[in-house]
Amino acid sequence: MNTDLLVSVLKRASQRGATAADGYLVEESHFSASVRMGEIETINHSREQRLSLRVFAGRASAAASTSDLSRESLERVVDEATALAKVTAEDPHAGLPEPSALIERVPDLDLADTGGDLSPEEKIEIARRAEAAALESDPRVTNSEGAEYFDRQARYAYATSHGFVHGYATTSFGISVAPIASRNGEMQRDYWYSTARKRAALEDPAAVGRRAAARALRRLGARKMKSVEVPVVFDPETAASLVRSIAGAASGPSLYRRASFLLDRLGTKIASPTVTIVDDALIPSALGSRPFDGEGLATGRTVLVRDGVLESYLLDTYSARKLGLQSTHHAGRDGSGVSVTTTNLMLLPGKTSPEELIGSVKNGFYVTELIGFGVNGVTGDYSRGAVGQWIENGQLAYPVEEVTVAGNLLAMLSAIDGVGNDLVLRDRTVAPTVRIGRMVVAGT
Amino acid sequence: MERVLGGNLIGKVDDADIYLEYRINEELVLEEGTVKKASRHVSQGAGVRAQSGTRTGYAHTDEISIKNLEEAARQARAIADRSATSGTLALATRGRPHDLYTLAEPPIVTDLARKLELLRRIDAETRATDPRIKQVIASITSEEVIMLIATASGWTVGDIRPLTRLNVTAIAEEGGKREIGSYGGGGRVTFDFFLEEGRWRRFAAEAARQAALKLGAVDAPAGAMTVVFGPGWPGILLHEAIGHGLEGDFNRKGTSAFAGRMGQKVASELVTVVDDGTIPNRRGSLNVDDEGTPTGRTVLIENGILTGYMQDRLNARLMGMKPTGNGRRESYAYPPMPRMTNTFMLAGEDDPGEILRSVKHGLYAVTFGGGQVDITNGKFVFSASEAYLVEDGRVTAPVKGATLIGNGPEALTRVSRVGRDLKLDEGVGTCGKDGQSVPVGVGLPTIRIDGITVGGTAV
Repeated sequence: MNTDLLVSVLKRASQRGATAADGYLVEESHFSASVRMGEIETINHSREQRLSLRVFAGRASAAASTSDLSRESLERVVDEATALAKVTAEDPHAGLPEPSALIERVPDLDLADTGGDLSPEEKIEIARRAEAAALESDPRVTNSEGAEYFDRQARYAYATSHGFVHGYATTSFGISVAPIASRNGEMQRDYWYSTARKRAALEDPAAVGRRAAARALRRLGARKMKSVEVPVVFDPETAASLVRSIAGAASGPSLYRRASFLLDRLGTKIASPTVTIVDDALIPSALGSRPFDGEGLATGRTVLVRDGVLESYLLDTYSARKLGLQSTHHAGRDGSGVSVTTTNLMLLPGKTSPEELIGSVKNGFYVTELIGFGVNGVTGDYSRGAVGQWIENGQLAYPVEEVTVAGNLLAMLSAIDGVGNDLVLRDRTVAPTVRIGRMVVAGT
Repeated sequence: MERVLGGNLIGKVDDADIYLEYRINEELVLEEGTVKKASRHVSQGAGVRAQSGTRTGYAHTDEISIKNLEEAARQARAIADRSATSGTLALATRGRPHDLYTLAEPPIVTDLARKLELLRRIDAETRATDPRIKQVIASITSEEVIMLIATASGWTVGDIRPLTRLNVTAIAEEGGKREIGSYGGGGRVTFDFFLEEGRWRRFAAEAARQAALKLGAVDAPAGAMTVVFGPGWPGILLHEAIGHGLEGDFNRKGTSAFAGRMGQKVASELVTVVDDGTIPNRRGSLNVDDEGTPTGRTVLIENGILTGYMQDRLNARLMGMKPTGNGRRESYAYPPMPRMTNTFMLAGEDDPGEILRSVKHGLYAVTFGGGQVDITNGKFVFSASEAYLVEDGRVTAPVKGATLIGNGPEALTRVSRVGRDLKLDEGVGTCGKDGQSVPVGVGLPTIRIDGITVGGTAV
């Protein structure tokens, strides 16, 4: 990887009057193949690179990025960023982390597949097998939005004007299938996927297809419900979205803007004692793992919530300084600058099986899909469209659609009265099945 | 262009094109009274596409050189070579591109000092509106996209697309409660647009008013009820309820709840909905779409009858229809697909005040956040961020944010009143589909829908 380029860009920034600077370089190549009804639909190849730069003029800063890494373009980007930094306001909290805090030895987290590549035909075949398994699994699976295979190789390098330069490489692979089941004019689509750092860790394409088909089939015959307040069980996928909302409210920028329902709650009880949420960046070969954050700080394991008590926020250097705290090494880097990102974020499992959690509900709702954006991070007010199964006497009785589930996240977290033992680290943010004592399900 | 697409494509593909793009993006963000974030991003690249039958080969590169383009073309073509084609090359719809947004001074070149000064004034103005406003975040984003497309049939066309947006977010606090309000607008307009007609002051006041109003909001009701939608941005209802379901790709594949329903009644006879990419200076407008087809005005629903789909070239060809200028992509990194431009309902005859007075018990929803739809079963949601109870024809207490959920092919059949006050939104919409975001517009007159589920907590 061309880290010399990064170093020379930082050098130019210093020459132009920047007092400090850091830069991030990403090079990636991507292949995807989609198949629909057995036929190839789209093949997509790409190769991309992007250099993003942050410069400081004293305590003022600016960011810039470009995908054009020609010399003239880079020079222009540096000059523009340096000029921008001179017009933005001084901010006493702006600046790079202390050089002494930067990572010294980058751990090998085994994030890149070193096996050989497959031919495009073999990759297309993976998508084809996944879709075929969905279509063949039941005569009611009559149509499909298709199946996709993708792989991505990426290399990241980070450098600062202090002389820090380190990098690492990752790969990722994925299969997804979106079949459509139909009966008596009703159509229901669902999907399933598998994604992993190593190709060999992908689930069997046929198993992914069959699971997708089963998910679509169980939605056939969906009913609307009368509005009611009942226990609600979130499946692992939808429970993970609750964890994401909590992480968003615990992230530094939401806090210093006073736009978070977790403001001033550090060290206090925010959830039932069954809730422990951990962000762990160092799990070998995991999708969210990374050896250092977007500011060159060593990553680790952060306990966000322990037994219901909010133990830590998620902070980068800037938001930590604003809040009078230490960075938790969660700086993320994207085209538009530095943000806060999680790594492998998990709600830790309990001891109850999902069957027992459902079995404990006499009359309630098992949620399998949430749609819409009805989460207010400032107040915690929550109202989202939901799809799932109605629970009657501890059994999944029939599918339900066109309803919403609503409450307030803080009240919901406190009302969690069951956490499943079914945690699987199959994505960046994961949770086991979760039971919430009472929520309003709105319908007709 | 000639060299990359080459004569050797003819007979092997049904369609092919090269899309070149150069994009500059600038973002200025003010927080806590000072401009904290200033960033500028440049991206450029090319996408090469070859199609045969239903197959698309797509390759893109961010290094525009003949060598890379030829490699991309080779990769894109490889897929086409594997499939039987019709043997004739698709003719791109030629036609005059529009001239909808030639600006005296594109917003991307406007002096930074003027933008920073406006942000500072907005901060002061928003805080002065109400002592409960404790935090203001204001941003100006400006963009310019220069695109050029060349198709295998010999049609070459380019477009220069300015775009800008001003956004104000206010956070109000009182007695330990906090609430957020947000307002903004823009379009393919100059920076001066924000200074005209008191616009920036209005945006600032609206953000502050919404935040403060919500401090006193009561729990939203739960269950199906009559909902009156205010004019303008609530048009997102159309975008979610019917817009996506009428995009050509889902209908060709038969995966839309609207598939096969052309000519059928899908809405009340009061309802006529169009998608119009030709309105000057609008956020969702384009001179040509991202396949080079001039944009148009497509009547999607006329007096309740389904009359049109939105098409790109691929789906139009496969369905035996005409492209409608709706082939759009986020950037050179993606192949185009059918997308909306500005989607709105035409005005009716009712007086908006009278529509509200006609409601015995219901909800009046004025401002919305984002929405989403499941194309296949037609279920759509969108979140009301400013709404009020309606009791005996009177607008009463503001309610907390709530998601509204309905069924696309059914919801518009329950439209019982359409106001004469059609308004387009302020220019803030961004639509996501398959991971691609594009700017869009919506519009609506005041309408009444009898029976839509409101996802509140007050049972």
